[in-house]
Amino acid sequence: MFKEVGRNVPRVDGYALVRGKPVFTDDIDLKDMLFIKFLRSPHPHAIIKSIDTSQAEKMEGVALVLSYENAPRVPHTTAGQGYPEPSPYDTVMFDRKVRFVGDRVACVAATSPEVAEEATKKLSVEYEVLPPVFDPEWAMRDGAPIIHDEKDSQGILDPQHNLVGEVEVKVGSLEKGFKEADVILERRYEVHYAQHTPIEPHIVITWLDENGRLVIRSATQVPFHTRRICANVLGIPIQRIRVVKPRIGGGFGVKQEVYLDYVAGWITLQTGRPAKIELTREEEFISRTRHPIITLLKAGAKRDGTLTALDMRILSNTGAYGSHATTVMYNTGSKVLPLYRCPNVRFQGRVVYTNLPVAGAYRGYGATQGYFATESMLDELAEEIGMDPVELRKEVHIKEGETSPIFQALGEGREGISQVISSCKLPQCIEEGLKLIGWKKKPKEEGRMSRGYGCAIMMQGSGIPAIDMGAALIKMNEDGSFNLLVGATDLGTGSDTILAQIAAEALKVPTKKIIVYSSDTDLTPFDVGAYASSTTYISGGAVLKTAERVLEEIIRIGGEMLNEAEGELIAKDAQVISKRTGRSVTYEEIAKNSLYERDQHQIIGSMSHISSQSPPPFAAHFVELLVDRGTGKVKVERYVACVDCGTPINPKLAEGQVEGSIINGISYALTEQFIFDKNGRMMNASFQDYKIFSAMDIPELKVVLIPSHEPSGPFGAKSVGEVNINGPCPAIANAIWDAIGIRFRETPFTPERILRALTLGGSSGART
Amino acid sequence: MLIEVTINGILKSFETSPGEILLDLLRREGYKSVKRGCETGECGACSIILDGKLAKSCLLFAPQVSGHEIVTLEGMESFSKLHPIQRAFLDEGAVQCGFCTPGMILAAKTLLEGNPHPMEEEIKEAISGNLCRCTGYIKIIRAIKKAGEILKGNV
Repeated sequence: MFKEVGRNVPRVDGYALVRGKPVFTDDIDLKDMLFIKFLRSPHPHAIIKSIDTSQAEKMEGVALVLSYENAPRVPHTTAGQGYPEPSPYDTVMFDRKVRFVGDRVACVAATSPEVAEEATKKLSVEYEVLPPVFDPEWAMRDGAPIIHDEKDSQGILDPQHNLVGEVEVKVGSLEKGFKEADVILERRYEVHYAQHTPIEPHIVITWLDENGRLVIRSATQVPFHTRRICANVLGIPIQRIRVVKPRIGGGFGVKQEVYLDYVAGWITLQTGRPAKIELTREEEFISRTRHPIITLLKAGAKRDGTLTALDMRILSNTGAYGSHATTVMYNTGSKVLPLYRCPNVRFQGRVVYTNLPVAGAYRGYGATQGYFATESMLDELAEEIGMDPVELRKEVHIKEGETSPIFQALGEGREGISQVISSCKLPQCIEEGLKLIGWKKKPKEEGRMSRGYGCAIMMQGSGIPAIDMGAALIKMNEDGSFNLLVGATDLGTGSDTILAQIAAEALKVPTKKIIVYSSDTDLTPFDVGAYASSTTYISGGAVLKTAERVLEEIIRIGGEMLNEAEGELIAKDAQVISKRTGRSVTYEEIAKNSLYERDQHQIIGSMSHISSQSPPPFAAHFVELLVDRGTGKVKVERYVACVDCGTPINPKLAEGQVEGSIINGISYALTEQFIFDKNGRMMNASFQDYKIFSAMDIPELKVVLIPSHEPSGPFGAKSVGEVNINGPCPAIANAIWDAIGIRFRETPFTPERILRALTLGGSSGART
Repeated sequence: MLIEVTINGILKSFETSPGEILLDLLRREGYKSVKRGCETGECGACSIILDGKLAKSCLLFAPQVSGHEIVTLEGMESFSKLHPIQRAFLDEGAVQCGFCTPGMILAAKTLLEGNPHPMEEEIKEAISGNLCRCTGYIKIIRAIKKAGEILKGNV
């Protein structure tokens, strides 16, 4: 039995947060700060013919104007990924070409935000406007405008056709699979643009420390990648940079992007003064987004519910730059297809540039888009073969002890790694969810309202196997407390807390004995950062190993103090005890002994962790909703999510991850959307016009954690951060079908769309 | 221009200008719990209590509050003891990133002072102007309910 793991320990950073302490990036005041504002492109595609900065530079308070004329030109990717990044180097700090409305043309650093803003208006820019391309299918054709025709970009597969990357993998034989099928369906599904909308927009503050080193205080999910990418772009050694991540106000992937830090850094290096970039909400909306993806899915099944073939072809739109383009595309296959038992599978992906806002990492990372297609398709198949959709899912999903050839065929930006599912409580999740939702128990019609039930199953991964690495350091203090230093990055998820619980469990002390410090490139060991659902599993693995090593040392010293052989000792409740005599020494005595008395040394350890596996967490979602046939509005009445995330290290925090993902997902499915004008300009870049759920909009939500034991995870844990955002789109689409018999294959399910479909007499939302 | 305003029970005077936004003044004067999330009155991260009512400091000019009374989250702090609402937020897991938390707690305080035993719908309405992207509001609502019970002495 665990003592610290599995306990609802309050967040270790919570005491400061509930008191509103100044712990976020912007909560420090520095003297002589420069404020940076961008001039952004009004055109979706244009060459900057000339830029006259003289009027702006004359303004009082303006310190520096930066554009392609005077900024360093170093092609890089803004995707904060491990090195070498599997993403194209297609971005420079400021380019001569702009590729979407909102692309940065220049920036001004001035003594106040107002002066900086005013000065950007005084920049006189002459553009040569180029024809844009917004449709990803058109973007690939001969003769379409070429978005990345610069000579120095690297890693773009076919710039002439705006093709960033492509992939094709096959297992088994599709031909054979479709021949065996009783039913074959081919459908087209489309998933739309969205933005993460962390309540804290992107922010970074830079300054030079006493020794002339560049400090970057940034709201980032990837401090170590930020340091590396900034060093490259700024042309200074990594050792001259320190990146510090304070508390950050939500990320959801959008802060896995390194594209502002080096701008502020460059201003600081040029002027010697602190510099700050804080995006406005309007800018945040077009900072990074979710990839809109079109999926053509052809599936074959037998009448008994056996899947015989799955042919999934996707076209992903990365917008103007290729940040995360390839990896998200891979993930749409690799995190989705292994869920289904099917011997004959093809996954084909293509990702293209368009003159639209840049897509990036967003919770779910391609899987969200993929599951909308596959989980809608399962319902369509079930209907066709006359099987209950839940029964079909029970049949087709992967089980404990099984593997999928997709694991090996498809990784993240490259080939994958074969793995066997060593923990999967999805069957129990489905049973429990069915019970809790009361599947199809209530009457179908209530006046103008039609009731529907829908479900979806899903998985994700836990870190990127054989790539993601985390490290931890633990040192012991003379009162028997421990400093835990981790590179892992808590973006509000609670990772500092659960890592402390893992350390405490292994060290046999209460969690309150652990002092956590994280995400500071000068002080903490390396960690890839917070993405790919890696922290609990990978960083947690590092903490566990480190704690075990430190514990060995504690026991060794305790043994010497007790005059006892190591095999005769146990550690328990912050003491080392002799099994033979029952005599004990406390951790405090051991630490004091080691620091001051005998064989003096610091008890300290550091270990790294990487995994060859990425055990998926699983979830089953069930929804009950009402469609108002008069207005087309969908009201989600109840939502049930049963989740296998292995051992929940801190159940309350794990539930919080599930709840947050689901409400975000429902909001995405029903109300969030980007509306573009004919120039590709986002017309609704505010919370007034881009509707995210408020407390008034949420349904009754029931989350049940159904623990499994993942043998490769710390104390049996797997990830929980992303998986649950994959459910709402398909579960809701399936429930709308159940309610009104109309299949929506294009998200979001807005009242306008539903009403239109109802009025037009049952035609579906997307082309088939 | 000089304005006088009572913040967290203490009368303060500030030099400001007619166009200065209250949010900017509060942050530059060290009330960092007042957060900037949108500057258009839509996210609620900059919420304060103005004369007993929840208000968004990004929608007010500093001179408008001259002679008025403001409470920020800093005002709920005593040296060592958390307010029951803060305690409930911490215990119920109502805090994830913590950026919306100051505004949420002030919204909860405003609600509970007038209505210590709110219905769930009343809680939702009271925090409907405060957006949170992390929690899905579930645990925030639970925390406010619990805080209400504690404040009423039921727990």
